[in-house]
Amino acid sequence: MPQLFPPSANTIAKVSIAAVVLLAGGAFSAAYIIDRGSWNTSVQVSPDQPIPFSHKHHVKDDGIDCRYCHTSVENSSYAGLPPTETCMTCHSQIWSNASLTEPIRASWSSGKSIEWTRVYDLPDFVYFNHSIHINKGIGCSTCHGKVDEMPLMYRANALNMMWCVNCHRQPEAYIRPKSEVFNIDYVYPSNQSELGPQLVKQYKVQSLTDCATCHR
Amino acid sequence: MKNPLHSPNLPASQQILTGFVPVESLLAHPAAPKPAVDLLELRDKLAAGRGPEFWRTLEEAAQSEEWRESSEQEFPAASEKEPTGIERRNVLKAMAASLAMAAAAACTKQPKELIVPYVKQPENVIPGIPLFYATAMSIGGYARGLLVESHLNRPTKVEGNPDHPASLGATGIFEQASVLNLYDPDRSQSVLHDGRLSTWEDFTGAFSTEAQSVKLRSGEGLAILTGATTSLTLLSQIDAILEQMPKAKWYLHEPSVNRAISSAAKKIAGRAAFVAYDLSRADVIVSLESDFLNTGPAALAYARQFSKRRNVDGGETPCRLYALESSPSVSGSLADHHIQVKSSAVPSIAYRLANACGVTGVPGVAGDAPQWLETVAQDLIGAKGRCVVLPGEFQPESVHLAAYAINAALGNIGTTVRILEGVEPENARSIEDLTNDLNSGGVETLVILGPNPVYSAPAALRFQEAIRKARFVARLGQYFDETAHLSNWHVPEAHYLESWSDSRAFDGTVTIQQPLIEPIYNGKSPHELLAILLGKPDQTAHESVKTYWKSLDKTANFDDRWKTSLHDGWVAGTAVASIGAHGPVALPEPEPEINGLEVVFRPDSTIGDGSYSNNAWLQELPKSQTKLTWDNVFLLSPKTATGLKAANGDVLQLTVAGRSIKGPAWILPGHVENSVSIQFGYGREASGRVGNGIGYNAYAIQVPDSPWIAGGSLTKTGARFPLANVQETQTMHGRKPVRTADFAEYRQHPDFATAEDKPLAAGDTLYPPQWSYTGYKWGMTIDLNSCTGCNSCIIACQAENNIPVVGKEQVAIGRHMHWIRVDRYYSGNLDNPEMFNQPVPCMHCEDAPCELVCPVGATVHSNEGLNEMVYNRCVGTRYCSNNCPYKVRRFNFFLYSDWQTPSLYGLRNPDVTVRSRGVMEKCSYCVQRIQEAKIKTEKEGRRVTDGEILTACQQVCPTQAISFGDLNDPDSKVAKLQALPRNYGLLDDLNTRPRTKYLGHVRNPNEALRGPRGDKES
Repeated sequence: MPQLFPPSANTIAKVSIAAVVLLAGGAFSAAYIIDRGSWNTSVQVSPDQPIPFSHKHHVKDDGIDCRYCHTSVENSSYAGLPPTETCMTCHSQIWSNASLTEPIRASWSSGKSIEWTRVYDLPDFVYFNHSIHINKGIGCSTCHGKVDEMPLMYRANALNMMWCVNCHRQPEAYIRPKSEVFNIDYVYPSNQSELGPQLVKQYKVQSLTDCATCHR
Repeated sequence: MKNPLHSPNLPASQQILTGFVPVESLLAHPAAPKPAVDLLELRDKLAAGRGPEFWRTLEEAAQSEEWRESSEQEFPAASEKEPTGIERRNVLKAMAASLAMAAAAACTKQPKELIVPYVKQPENVIPGIPLFYATAMSIGGYARGLLVESHLNRPTKVEGNPDHPASLGATGIFEQASVLNLYDPDRSQSVLHDGRLSTWEDFTGAFSTEAQSVKLRSGEGLAILTGATTSLTLLSQIDAILEQMPKAKWYLHEPSVNRAISSAAKKIAGRAAFVAYDLSRADVIVSLESDFLNTGPAALAYARQFSKRRNVDGGETPCRLYALESSPSVSGSLADHHIQVKSSAVPSIAYRLANACGVTGVPGVAGDAPQWLETVAQDLIGAKGRCVVLPGEFQPESVHLAAYAINAALGNIGTTVRILEGVEPENARSIEDLTNDLNSGGVETLVILGPNPVYSAPAALRFQEAIRKARFVARLGQYFDETAHLSNWHVPEAHYLESWSDSRAFDGTVTIQQPLIEPIYNGKSPHELLAILLGKPDQTAHESVKTYWKSLDKTANFDDRWKTSLHDGWVAGTAVASIGAHGPVALPEPEPEINGLEVVFRPDSTIGDGSYSNNAWLQELPKSQTKLTWDNVFLLSPKTATGLKAANGDVLQLTVAGRSIKGPAWILPGHVENSVSIQFGYGREASGRVGNGIGYNAYAIQVPDSPWIAGGSLTKTGARFPLANVQETQTMHGRKPVRTADFAEYRQHPDFATAEDKPLAAGDTLYPPQWSYTGYKWGMTIDLNSCTGCNSCIIACQAENNIPVVGKEQVAIGRHMHWIRVDRYYSGNLDNPEMFNQPVPCMHCEDAPCELVCPVGATVHSNEGLNEMVYNRCVGTRYCSNNCPYKVRRFNFFLYSDWQTPSLYGLRNPDVTVRSRGVMEKCSYCVQRIQEAKIKTEKEGRRVTDGEILTACQQVCPTQAISFGDLNDPDSKVAKLQALPRNYGLLDDLNTRPRTKYLGHVRNPNEALRGPRGDKES
């Protein structure tokens, strides 16, 4: 009976083992890259919007406070998206003929809402509450980034659970004085390691990592 | 195959061929029906004390080998259905495929979502913060004041209005389930003319023309049929019509209301009246087949008063309840003495009781009264002015008069009994009158505003034939139902949350019913149809209601008063006065007891008269006594069943006055002999996808002259019918789930509930305490003394927590999804056992068996002691459910939640995840409400105060049997209750350290009544 495996089988076996290891590693790396990349997380991706609304222009150039439009951010789980009426407070007077602001006027005259594409979109099993974060000294820019430098709105953070829990485990690293919550240019002071724990104590911030804090 | 229960009396064209439940598959299913239990043997066994101390089903009491085997399984029937013939190789293939698919699914990108802000944001509407509006739901014509939760103008949850006298913050099951009706996709959605699509404009045109020609005849031939109502606006509109058209006639049809109540009250007071009771001042209560805790316009108020008087913890003596009834009711399950009497014997017994209590001139009381009756009378006489006799809601006028006579003789008028001015209209004619007038050709134009008489009138009236005699029939109804099929015009009716109206509570308090949402299906209100008759086709319901109220208050303050009334949910100054005591009433001859078999007709405990039959929440809600779902049955006593050789599920034929129906038998311990109780509401043909073709139609044998009681005969057909009972699974295996004592015993041993327990000492565990609970420590206490088993908690939980229904077949194999179940235990003899109700939600154990076995950390402990269920982590191993000794975990075997029907999206509570297939779920202590309160109080810089968080079950409970709060706060109600000696934990000896505790049940029987509670009339 001839030999079942010729000598070349050794090479094939070794190459196969190497290939399996490399392929598995490669597949894992590819999956990781895809999972964490912008394609999946939408970080820094500006979706198409009915109006190319510029936070940069309204916040930085015009100096409008976040709460002028996002009115319920201090009281409700939702920060609130402004009704057409809010846009019209200014745009019935300025840029009232511009083609860019035409969808606002169309909405105002037809009574039909402007349909924005959600940028910060948590899964439906996550219950996030804006008001408690604002009231406990977590600034807008901590999650939303420097929106005053975004001509078009994009997601500044991936919103994966690890990112949330990171802060829930050590709020002292991210907390700021309540007076600075809406300050988009806020820079953490060099003594954050002292100020943070002090604010956490002062604001009675709890490190809430129970599942039902967010999942109900 | 046809539904074996379909009634032969229905026209062939309308017979039911299909239903929600595939009957054929159920008949073939191993879960049902069960083999018969030998009742003779079981009776002896229980009498000799050889049976279990507490039992829920006959099978459990008999402890048959089969029951033992199946009770060891979590899902007995499902395990038998284990698929066979699958090869290992195929299993591996399937695993590989599912892994690949899971991986692929996990990589799915989040879909694009839109945000659609308002154009003009209404004042006060803030997304994320629900608003509550006060309104009222009318049940049997009487108002229940409500606060309805609205998320972005979608009503999602109903709560009671604490300021309303008929609610006091609680609700019953119908109010809770009414939101599902609002979003029911089966509701009628368009105007139909002779079955063809039409429009509201066409209808108003045709109806206006008809109205004009009727008016020329001064209303001759015009008949208006309404349901029971106390709406002042509606009554004023009807009055205006009758004034403008004096020959028009108004009829009223309310199938679940006994007209004898108001006619007796009228005889007592000399004018329209309502006899109200104050149980908070009663030491002795005798119920003459009254289900006062669960039926009638004041039931929630009575339940609150009664439970206060059952409190024993302050050293006070609880009141004593004697319940005389044929079939165990919610109230009867709490009785200290449950005395079995035939329903038809209640009049003569009431008269004997009246005689024994010193009422003079009582007819028909010759001969000796039974000994127990003398004893009850003595107890009543001993509590003059502090006792009350309650006549049954479905008993004839004689019983109501006799009860009044006894109360008057015992000096109870003004203390426990108040005669109030009546608020029900008096001048309406009955459905019998309408049928006669139709048959005699006296009705040409028939306007039906709501009721469904083709289904719910007694079949002997042959209303479905009489209605064809009218030339023009306009019907306003929420469903295209049996009556709509025989009407020329069908107009969809607006739900009460969609339309303006007003209604009154039993004490006269008016609530302006304000809508929370525009009619989803273009529904119209009765006010709008009547306005057309009055020549004002453009008048909206809002205008009718507001105009009426403005006509009563012409001052400049009207707008302020209007707004205040809408905000508060009641109109100040509208409660009626007490009319004071009156002279003696003459008692007519009592109705004779029915010799032989009596047939007792009652509205179904969850479906009512049939108007809720398309409500799947109510269909799947276990009935208070039988714990059956999705069906009505013939209730029999064990002895009557033995005589018929009938077992549970045997199809019997019941004949009354030449008409017969078929239905399944159900043996109910505590039911009186020679009596069969049947329920209305089933056997619908045109109810909708949920309600069609299930159960039998009891109206088919109802006798118009005596709608609630009749003589009849029963025969066995030999067929069997599967029934879905929820008490067959999730057993406690005889581990003394209920702790109970008599009051005398309780006084000597207040700690009776834990006296026999051998709790583990702190050092007896290998595991050191892992949690310190330094913040909040949530706990719950359920007072078994107060729980009536009314089921409101189950359905409130369902509405709050987006709990799906599963259908009859799934219920039959133990897969119902209710997060809180109410176990009904029997104890003692077979024929008249003691009854106990025990609500069982998740125990939130401190040493939770479920947490240890989850391989993916989907059920975890929280710092506040909650046992948390994380849906997005759950992979569906069901280890947790298997390891839960309380069997309170529920698994989504299929995609039970309806993700397809768009109208149901609006119903969901946005604060709770809608679960998908393959996920475990269970009671969360309403964690969404806890989080909401915590966020609110954190922002205000304070702790949550006691009573600030109400769980859904706690909030709805009419008797406030459920308490929830922070155990770390020694002043909280729940901490105080858990410190009481009556406090015990379910299966405490397992050392699970449950956070949900129970307060033992204390009864206050009369020592003078010999023997156990099994005393019955001999």
